[in-house]
Amino acid sequence: MFEPGPDKLLAMEKILVIAEHDAGQLKAASLSAAGFAEQLATASDGSFEILVVGHAIDAIAAALRTCGAAAVLVADANALEHPLADRYAHVIADVARARGATMVVGASSTFSKDVLPRAAALLEAAMVSEVIGLRVENGEPEFRRVMFAGNVIATVRIDGPVRVATVRAAAFAAPAASAECPVEGVSVDEAALPAFLEFVDREAKAAGRPDATEARIVVSGGRALKNSGDFERLVGGLADALGGAVGSSRALVDAGITPNSLQVGQTGKIVAPDLYIALGISGAIQHMAGMKDTKVIVAVNKDAEAPIFEVSDYGLVADVYDAVPRLIERIRGETSN
Amino acid sequence: MKILIPIKRVPDADTRIRVRADGSGIEDDGIKFAVNPFDAIALEEAIRIREARGGEVVVATIGGGECAEQLRNGLAMGADRAVLVNTADTLDSLAVARILAALWEREAPAFVLMGKQAIDDDSNQAGQMLAALLGVGQATFVSKLELADDGSSALCSRETDAGIERVRVKLPAVTTADLRLNEPRYVSLPGIMKAKKKPLEEITPADLGVVVASRTHYLRYEAPPRRKARVRVATVDELVDKLREAKVL
Ligand SMILES: Cc1cc2nc3c(=O)[nH]c(=O)nc-3n(C[C@H](O)[C@H](O)[C@H](O)COP(=O)(O)OP(=O)(O)OC[C@H]3O[C@@H](n4cnc5c(N)ncnc54)[C@H](O)[C@@H]3O)c2cc1C
Ligand SMILES: Nc1ncnc2c1ncn2[C@@H]1O[C@H](COP(=O)(O)O)[C@@H](O)[C@H]1O
Repeated sequence: MFEPGPDKLLAMEKILVIAEHDAGQLKAASLSAAGFAEQLATASDGSFEILVVGHAIDAIAAALRTCGAAAVLVADANALEHPLADRYAHVIADVARARGATMVVGASSTFSKDVLPRAAALLEAAMVSEVIGLRVENGEPEFRRVMFAGNVIATVRIDGPVRVATVRAAAFAAPAASAECPVEGVSVDEAALPAFLEFVDREAKAAGRPDATEARIVVSGGRALKNSGDFERLVGGLADALGGAVGSSRALVDAGITPNSLQVGQTGKIVAPDLYIALGISGAIQHMAGMKDTKVIVAVNKDAEAPIFEVSDYGLVADVYDAVPRLIERIRGETSN
Repeated sequence: MKILIPIKRVPDADTRIRVRADGSGIEDDGIKFAVNPFDAIALEEAIRIREARGGEVVVATIGGGECAEQLRNGLAMGADRAVLVNTADTLDSLAVARILAALWEREAPAFVLMGKQAIDDDSNQAGQMLAALLGVGQATFVSKLELADDGSSALCSRETDAGIERVRVKLPAVTTADLRLNEPRYVSLPGIMKAKKKPLEEITPADLGVVVASRTHYLRYEAPPRRKARVRVATVDELVDKLREAKVL
C-alpha cells in the first residue's frame, strides 16, 4: 500500500529488485517487489532495475522486460545454479555497488530472508523485513512493517546511503505492463565467488497443486487431521474441488503428516488469498499471523470456543470428518452443473 | 569444540501483545519474558553436541541488566558460561551482528548457532549479517545438523519455501535454528541450582571495541486492523449457500 505524502522524496532513489525464481519459473511475488520499487521510484523521480541471478535464466529475464524497470540485469554463471547465500549475496552486493543502488528489495520468502540480510551486511546497510506499506514524510521514505506475529505494525525509518527490504507480496500490486526495457548481462568472476557452501540436494516437491502463496483459494488442515491419508482425502480433496492450494498448521508439520513447505504462520508462509478454509485449526496467534490478511476466512472446528472463530467470516461448529466430505460433495456437485 | 549461542530476551510466545494507546511502544506491564524460542532450540542443539563430543557452550545476550534472567535460564538448561553485553540502546539486527562479530573475535568459537528469528521484531536477519561480517558461511533455517567427524563442516537440512534443502557448510560458520531442529529440554531444579554457580560475565560494547549505532528508527506503533462481522452457520449446506451469496464460490 502506498500513501503519497505532501511532498516528493528529497533524494532520487535507485532501486535494485532481486527477482526470485525456482525450477525455471519466475516467482510471482517478485512482481510485488517490483511494484514496491515502482512506487518508490515514482515518489522520488528515480528508477529501478531488476536483477536475476542464476544459471540459464534468459527466459526469466525476458519475462521481466515489461515491468517498468529501466533495465533487467542478468548475472548468469555455472556456480550460481543453486541459490547459495554466500555467492548470491556477493553478486547482489557487487551489482548494487556498481549500479549505485540506494535500495535493494526482494519478496518476503525463505530465499530473500537467507540472501538479503547477508547482502545488506556486505553493503553495511540496515534492513527492514516484512514491509506492507510505504509513505513519504518530510521528504524521507517511511516503511510500515509487521512484527510480533502480526500483532503490531510499526513505522520505521532507516538511515544510511543504502537500505535493504523484504516486502510482503499481498501488500503491493505488480506494476502495469510497460514497453520492453533492455536486458543487460553483468559479468560474474566465478573465481572470486565465495565457496563456503555446497549444495547437496533438495526434496522433490509434490507436483500438481499451486503454491499456497500464489493461490486464490487455500484449504488448510490442523491437528484434527489424524494422518496423511486423511489430510490428503479431506484437505487435499477440498482444495482440488475448489482448484486451490493446501496449507497446514505447525502441528501437522511437527507430526510429520505434512511437509514444512505447507506451514502457514509467523514462521512459515504468509498467505493472503481470496478464501482461506481452516479445517480443525485452533487459531493460535502464530498461525493467524500467516493468514489474517485473507479476504474471506472460513473455519470448521468442533470446539465452538476455538479462537479461529474470532477472525472467521463464516464459522461452522462441526467435526471435519463429517463436514468435509459433504462440503466436497456439494462443491463437486455445483461445479459439474 | 566451543559453540557460541546468542540468545535474546523476548515476550513469551503465549503473551498477548498490545500496542500502547499513544503508539509509542508495546504495553509492558503483565508481559512475561522468555528466551526467544528459536534461541532455546539453538542452545539445546549445542548442548547435545557438547554431550556427544565435549567442549564448551557459551550463551551471550545483548541488552539491559534484566537479560541476566535469560542467561541464567540458558545456564540452567546446560550452558557452561554466559556473557551479558550490557547496553540500554535499542539495536537493529545489523548492530547486534556487529557486537556478535566482536564477541566472536574474542571467543573464537568453532561455530555459532542462533535463532532464525527473534519473535518480537520478526526480522530474521542477525545470523546472516553476522556471517557476512565475519566472512564465513551460513546455513539458515536448519532442521537437522550433522557435524563431520573432523569438525571441518556441517551437513544441514534447511527448511525452505520449496521444501527441505541440504547444504554442506564449511566451519567455522553461522547456523540458524528452525522449529523442528529439536525440542528443548525443560530446566530442572538441580539445573537451576547449578546455574547459580556458573560464571556470568558482564561487559559493554565498548569493552569489545564496538561503537553501537542502530540505523533503524522505530517511529510509531499501531495495532493491525481488526477483522469484523462474523457469521455462524449451522450446516455445511448453509455454509455453501452463504459463500455463494457472497460470491466467494
Ligand atoms: C515460536 C513459535 C512459532 C510458531 N510458528 C507457527 C507457524 O508458523 N504456524 C503455525 O501454524 N503454528 C506455529 N506455532 C504453533 C502454534 O502456537 C500452535 O501450536 C499451532 O498452530 C497449533 O496447531 P493446530 O491448530 O493444528 O493444533 P491445535 O491447537 O491442537 O488445534 C486443533 C484444533 O482442532 C480442533 N479439532 C480436533 N479434532 C477435530 C475434528 N475432528 N473436527 C473439527 N475440529 C477438530 C480442536 O478443537 C482444536 O481447535 C508456533 C509456535 C511457536 C512457539
Ligand atoms: N539482543 C540480542 N542478543 C543476543 N542475540 C540476539 C539479539 N538480537 C538477536 N539475536 C540473535 O539473532 C537471531 C535473529 O534475530 P533477528 O534478526 O532480530 O530476527 C535471534 O534468534 C538471536 O539468536
